[in-house]
Order: sequence, then C-alpha cells, then structure tokens
Amino acid sequence: MKLFNIFKNGIIDENPTFRLVLGTCPTLAITTSAINGIGMGLSTTAVLIGSNAVISLLRKFIPAKVRMPAFVTVIAGFVTIVQMLLKAYVPSLDKALGIYIPLIVVNCIIMARAESYASKNPVLDSAVDGLGMGIGFTIAITAIGSVREILGNGSIFGLQLFGENASPALAMILPPGGFLIFGLAIGLVNLITNRQTLKSGCGSHSVGCEGCNADCSLAGTEKGAES
Amino acid sequence: MLQSILITFISAVFINNFVVVKFLGICPFLGVSKKIKTAAGMGVAVIFVMTLASAATWIAQEFILKPLRIEYLQTIAFILVIAALVQFVEMVLQKTSQGLYKALGIYLPLITTNCAVLGVTLLNVESSNNFVISVFNGCFSGVGFTLAIVLFAGIRERLETAIVPKCLQGFPISLISASLVSLAFLGFQGLLK
Repeated sequence: MKLFNIFKNGIIDENPTFRLVLGTCPTLAITTSAINGIGMGLSTTAVLIGSNAVISLLRKFIPAKVRMPAFVTVIAGFVTIVQMLLKAYVPSLDKALGIYIPLIVVNCIIMARAESYASKNPVLDSAVDGLGMGIGFTIAITAIGSVREILGNGSIFGLQLFGENASPALAMILPPGGFLIFGLAIGLVNLITNRQTLKSGCGSHSVGCEGCNADCSLAGTEKGAES
Repeated sequence: MLQSILITFISAVFINNFVVVKFLGICPFLGVSKKIKTAAGMGVAVIFVMTLASAATWIAQEFILKPLRIEYLQTIAFILVIAALVQFVEMVLQKTSQGLYKALGIYLPLITTNCAVLGVTLLNVESSNNFVISVFNGCFSGVGFTLAIVLFAGIRERLETAIVPKCLQGFPISLISASLVSLAFLGFQGLLK
C-alpha cells in the first residue's frame, strides 16, 4: 500500500510536469508528436528508476560535499546506457530526439528526485518513486505531444485524422505553439484543481479529489488547447 | 574566417536562439527572469561559462576521447568537465575578484545543470566545428540566451501589474508570454540560406 502511494504521488500529487514544473526543456522541445512524447518519457523513466536505485544504495557512502558530482556521474552513466540501447534498437526514435537524449542528464526531475528522495530513502521506495515520477512525466508529455500533433499536423500517432482539405495550424508544432500549449495546460490543471476544492470543500489531500484531478487534467489539456 | 564568425553570430543569436527556438536553458529562463537586473547577471554568467566550456570540451573531445576511441563516454566526460569548470571558475573569482564574484556567484552553481551549456558543447561536436568556431559559437549562443532572457524579464516586469485570471497566474502566463517572444524570433527564420 505504501509503495502504491509513492507511485501515485509521482503521477498525481506531485506530477513533475504540471505540479512541480520541472524538466521543462524536453517537455517543450520534443512534444511535436505523441510518439516522441512516449519515447522521451520512457527513456527518462528508465534513467530515473536506475539512478534513484543506485543513488539510494550509495546514499551512506557518498560524502555530502561531493554528492552533486557523484549524482551527476551516476545519472550520466544510465543516460549513456539508454542512448546506446536506443541507437541499437530504435534508430528512428534516436534520430527524432537527437541531442535531447544526452540532455536527459541535465533534466532537473532526475537531479531533484536524487537530491530530495533517493538520497534519504531505502532502495525499493526510491525505485518506485522513480517509476511513479517517470510515468507521470510520460503521461504529461504524451498528452501535450498529442494536442500539438493534432492541432499542428492533423494527426495522432502518425495517423491522419482530417480530410485532405483541412489545413492544420502549423504554428502549434513550431516553438511558439510549445510554449502556448504548455502554459494553457498548466493553467487548466490549476483551474480544475481550484474548482474541485471549492465544490466538494475538500483539500487536495483527499483521495476522491486526487483521483478526479488526474482524469480531468488529461482530458482538460485537449479541451483547453482547442478553445 | 571573419565571414564564418559573422554567420555563426547571426545564426546563434537570432535564427537558432537557444532559448526560444531550441528550448535549451528553459529552467533559468523561467526561474531568474523576474527582474531585468538578475536576468542580465545570469546572462553574463552563462556567456562566460559557455565560452569556457566550449573550449574545454573541444580539447577533451579532440585530445582525450578521440585518440582513446571512447567517444561513447562523451556525455559523462562533458558533464564532468562542465561541473569541474564551474567549480573552478567559482574558486578563481572568489580569490581574485570580489566584485565579479558577488555579481555572478549565486548564478554559478545553477549553471552546471543548465542544459544550454551541455547542449552547446554537444552541438559543437555534432556539427564538427573547429576550435575557433566552437568558442565563438559558445560565446554567441550565450549572447542569444542573454538577449532572450533580458527581453523576457522586461515583459515579466510589466506583467506584474497586469490583471491575469487566477488559474493562469505564475507559470502559465509566463509561458504564454514566452510563446509571443518565440513568435517574434520566428521572424528571423530564413535570414540565412
């Protein structure tokens, strides 16, 4: 039960993208399509689980003074593994994500979890925390990627949605669209959270509210982008 | 040579601006852009570190990684070079120039995890720039970052007094205004063929 709560925390209560607003660079840069979002999300999840587990194992041996360089080295090691695996087995994704794969090293989500969670908690908890945070990140950037792909390219997962005559809003897959959709998405999550709190009179810690927020935030992003 | 430096300048500052076109260094772009003064301080620190990092990683790549054929360790090697460099710059500044240290000191630790610095070094290797172009590319990319963050800080100072719907206050409205800045920079697209 405790592990499940840790897992859920990453997806809902402390969603790294919508709540903590961490790791914004990949969130904006690679969300031009839904498939890129999933690829980036899963790569980051793999690195998060690995680095959280290893840092948690080493937490009693790393002196406080040199912990940052030590964490970065562990993270960079896992990023290199992921980079090589992607190059070998999914070269097309490797090409689409480009330099943003090695840049997972400086994704603040990973460093933040290493510093604030893995360096203080046991191995299993840390690994589950990494999994939860990673999945939360994946869901968020896949949702943003889907919205941008639908609006900017008229397709979802590469599948054409509209007829030949519809001309998509190209700006949405260009840089300005990234900032705009991300801004509106956070705004929508805020709006829904506030309204929920008012309506049912319960704080964000009650289980019912949390469950609802998750569903709304996903459906909400798409609604918000269309308006 | 002079021509390629000029092309590097226009490309790095306007067309491929690190922040609003390439999405690198978004965390400091959103984090330290509340006042023009702090934004300019961060910008100068980034120019400084990016220039030095471009030089240091080019040397590491050409004289250590390539001869030993361990290019696959690039990510680990570069991030360690940058971390060490930032620490070193901080120590040198502390010893030699108190004024500069006070101005840049608080920004320096933040720069290690700034993806723009690692990004520029990786892009230099990817486009196999020579030493001089690498260093200039690092410096001009920093200038582009500074331009974007200072412009954006100006907008955010004005935003303070604007009436914004409650759910959009804070990050969302900043991102939406960043979208407009980005749209303006999109106008430079196609300046160079």
